[in-house]
Amino acid sequence: MSEMLKVGMADLKVAKYPNALTTLGLGSCIGICLYDPATKIIGMAHIMLPSSKTIKNNSNIAKFADTAIAKLLDDMKLEGANVNKLVGKIAGGSQMFKFSSGNDMMKIGLRNAEAVRDILSEHRIPIVADDTGGNFGRTIEFFSESGVLRIKTIGHGVKEV
Amino acid sequence: MSTVVEKFDSVVLDVLKEIGNIGAGNAATALAKMISKKVDMKVPLVNVLDFSEVPEILGGPEMEVVGIFFKLEGEIEGSIMFVLDTNSAQKLIELLMPGISTDGFNEFAFSALQEIGNILAGSYISSLSSLSNLDIKISVPSLALDMAGAILSVPAIHFGLIGDKILMIENEFVEEFEKDSVNGFFILIPEVDSYDILLGSLGVQI
Repeated sequence: MSEMLKVGMADLKVAKYPNALTTLGLGSCIGICLYDPATKIIGMAHIMLPSSKTIKNNSNIAKFADTAIAKLLDDMKLEGANVNKLVGKIAGGSQMFKFSSGNDMMKIGLRNAEAVRDILSEHRIPIVADDTGGNFGRTIEFFSESGVLRIKTIGHGVKEV
Repeated sequence: MSTVVEKFDSVVLDVLKEIGNIGAGNAATALAKMISKKVDMKVPLVNVLDFSEVPEILGGPEMEVVGIFFKLEGEIEGSIMFVLDTNSAQKLIELLMPGISTDGFNEFAFSALQEIGNILAGSYISSLSSLSNLDIKISVPSLALDMAGAILSVPAIHFGLIGDKILMIENEFVEEFEKDSVNGFFILIPEVDSYDILLGSLGVQI
């Protein structure tokens, strides 16, 4: 029996075949999904902010893109994944509320997505699917068997990438 | 950096609870005027929650909810959001405009909700403004109907800049005659520096 393990907000988890990972109701946060095709080990992080470096209270490493990705890689390595062969898929980063004179905090989804792309590229992890932006929420399900990421929305359909 | 907010200690909580009480009381009065009916308000519940618990109080991260978001302008910066489940949103629209169809939340229902949110949040903030002697106004509203987790990610991220908890004030309004009850949550989100200004103006020693 395969299990669907939940990843909460500011949380990260690693799973092995045949299990799957899910995070519900992503808004401006980003779901970062990493997959090792050879071992079928998967990892998922639900980050809220781009960088731990500008924040004083930064003990929750799963909250920030930089520290969450580093921890996820460590955890996947411990489980036996080859971190040099990972592929990445990302989703989320929407702007839920629109304002004409948006300050930086209103565009946090965009900044989160940029930060995640940069950090994954620093770790030389190719992003094979990128479903970010828009103004709607997403629930994501990530399957270890195939590396498929299913993205569900309200009113914007369901897709698999 | 505010040290007060990191702790959300009991004095700060009491002050914020009182703000919530008075603000929501004002909002209830405004609602009563708007619908020309008596509106009661239950004592607001102030919740300090972990991020993961936040969507649960609205029925889970995938539950469809309505969020009406305003920026705060003037002497403090930040935002205020009014969140309610779709049932309560429908009741609110029906109370305001009896007989209107709210099936599928059409454009008309959206603009009615924005207007209701405007009046509720406006009276909430105006009581905060007079309590604190600070000039605070709200922007035009922005409304979203989507998953609770996605909508609440917006205030959660703002609070995420200063800690791992979020402060929500739950208000239940009850319309006297038909006993229709409307559950809504106000989430006041001052920017980090504005917390100190706000609490200082209210006489809290920092």
